Amino acid sequence: MGKKMLEVKNLKTKYVTRFHEDVYAVDGVSFSIEEGKSLGIAGESGCGKSTLALSMMGYYFPPLHYMSGDIIIDGANISGMKPDDVRKTILGTEIAYIPQAAMNALNPTQKIIRFLEDVIRAHDPKADKKEIRERAQARFAELGLPKEVLEKHAVELSGGMKQRTVIAVSTILSPKVLIADEPSSALDVTSQKMVIKMMRELMEKGYIKSMLFITHELPLLYNVTDDIMVMYAGQIVERGSAKEMVFDPVHPYSHGLMGSILVPEEGTRGHKLAAIPGTPPNLKKPPDGCRFAERCKYARPECRFGMVLEKEFGEGRMYRCLMGLDELKEVYDNE
Amino acid sequence: MSEERITPAKDFTNAPLCLSGRGVTKIFGLGEKRTVAVDHVDFDFHEGEFVSIVGESGSGKTTLSKMLLGLSNQTSGEILFQGKTRDISSGSKRREYWKGIQAIFQDPFASFNTFNKIDTVLLDCINMRGGKNLSRQEKFDMMTEACSFVNLKFAELTNKYPFELSGGQMQRLMIARIFLLKPKILLADEPTSMVDACSRATILDMLLQLRDEVGMTVIFITHDIGLAYYISDTVYIMEHGKFVEYGKADEVILNPKAAYTKRLISDVPKIHEEWDLSTVDELNAG
Repeated sequence: MGKKMLEVKNLKTKYVTRFHEDVYAVDGVSFSIEEGKSLGIAGESGCGKSTLALSMMGYYFPPLHYMSGDIIIDGANISGMKPDDVRKTILGTEIAYIPQAAMNALNPTQKIIRFLEDVIRAHDPKADKKEIRERAQARFAELGLPKEVLEKHAVELSGGMKQRTVIAVSTILSPKVLIADEPSSALDVTSQKMVIKMMRELMEKGYIKSMLFITHELPLLYNVTDDIMVMYAGQIVERGSAKEMVFDPVHPYSHGLMGSILVPEEGTRGHKLAAIPGTPPNLKKPPDGCRFAERCKYARPECRFGMVLEKEFGEGRMYRCLMGLDELKEVYDNE
Repeated sequence: MSEERITPAKDFTNAPLCLSGRGVTKIFGLGEKRTVAVDHVDFDFHEGEFVSIVGESGSGKTTLSKMLLGLSNQTSGEILFQGKTRDISSGSKRREYWKGIQAIFQDPFASFNTFNKIDTVLLDCINMRGGKNLSRQEKFDMMTEACSFVNLKFAELTNKYPFELSGGQMQRLMIARIFLLKPKILLADEPTSMVDACSRATILDMLLQLRDEVGMTVIFITHDIGLAYYISDTVYIMEHGKFVEYGKADEVILNPKAAYTKRLISDVPKIHEEWDLSTVDELNAG
């Protein structure tokens, strides 16, 4: 087993609305990523994927509030740190974050090289401009980006190029964890492929030690990450290796998600898409018992009472359901 | 996964024509800024056919769809609706044309008039179909039927405004409108790109069911080639304003001929085949 780069233990965070109501967006999430590994998080809109990402990098600005739990990055616990301290000491060097619309964050009046200067100088005020330029050129060349980009303004670049530039800028200090929140959803397939290729290179060349990839597009996760976690209503419902999760999902929710994959391959036409009816529960008042019970085809009366605990099985796999593995297999086979 | 799909792909070559185009072209700008968005395209959409138009951003999909809808005029070429040249020269003729063709757009939040209640939205559809003189109860029954077709409860929607619904619900309400209007052609411009995978499956199934019940032609515009393969009978692949390849979904997707189609398919992440990332280097070099 490799060294744990990121470890999250029983993390709970909430949003406080204008009317002083609590929304429990991340509710008891625990997982870890080892050095050199990548983890994907899948789930539908509103299940808490993005909130989990923000919570992990200590971005606790209202309405988001920290409740309890630990976030440990390479042995150092950052939970409970003030957001300003996190920004000065953690962001950039320990954790880098790429939001979905990252490319819109580039200031149109500045050249790309200025962003790199900003990032490096924020952590090392005495850095020399010339050195920064050389360092940036070397990194850009390694990642297959033309070095002319450094002297351009954001408006001169295409969408895919902007997104790749943002990734290169945010990882210039070689962070330990890269959190990518839907980095390619706004791009078309060819640009998406280039972004993914670059993120793979970052991993292979050791510029980032581990990666957390958030998306709702499952074929993409399958091709990018080592492990996949499925999130539902603020909780992790299943975790396993990418292959196991796509071809042998256990939890009824992940089973439904995997059934909705559409790829241009033989056989896609033949079967009917699995649709999960209903909507996720209101997280102001999370239901007792299993949170998926309302929408689950196989729910039984006992599913609606008491906490459903995580059950571990196989090699580092986990699921959260009252039914046993054999029972679940049986109901899927009978369909 | 063993369940079979509602309808297998059919052969439409002998079906009556619904909408066709000959040399349809759209040019924006003049001189140096002249852009040919749609370049002499020919197409034949048959009655009851599920057609997909696939292409990347900037390939001219949306410009073509605007011309099909009659929202903009073509620069040259001819569009034939049910065998006759389409006439949208005046407002009333255009409204008449819209009884035959309706659309679902990408952004459900921008598709409704914020000031109109949902009842009004649906009542407008009934009136447009000539149901002005129906009794209150009959109108109410029609609206209830349309809502239950898309798994919505009319009793919960009445007296609400569209912005009170979620994105998935709004998109389904859009389909309820189409159910009431029963147009000859439905043009769906990326209707699922803003909803997540589970709602996507529901919406696609509804479109297929609607096609079978009403017998309309569906023109589905998308950039997702996997989606196009799943849902359509015929696929048109569009690049730089031209159709580079078209044919039956199985033939085009499983056995692509054009280089562009091949590239498009290889760029999509798959689950049974290795995703080849090496092609990116050629693109970078080029």
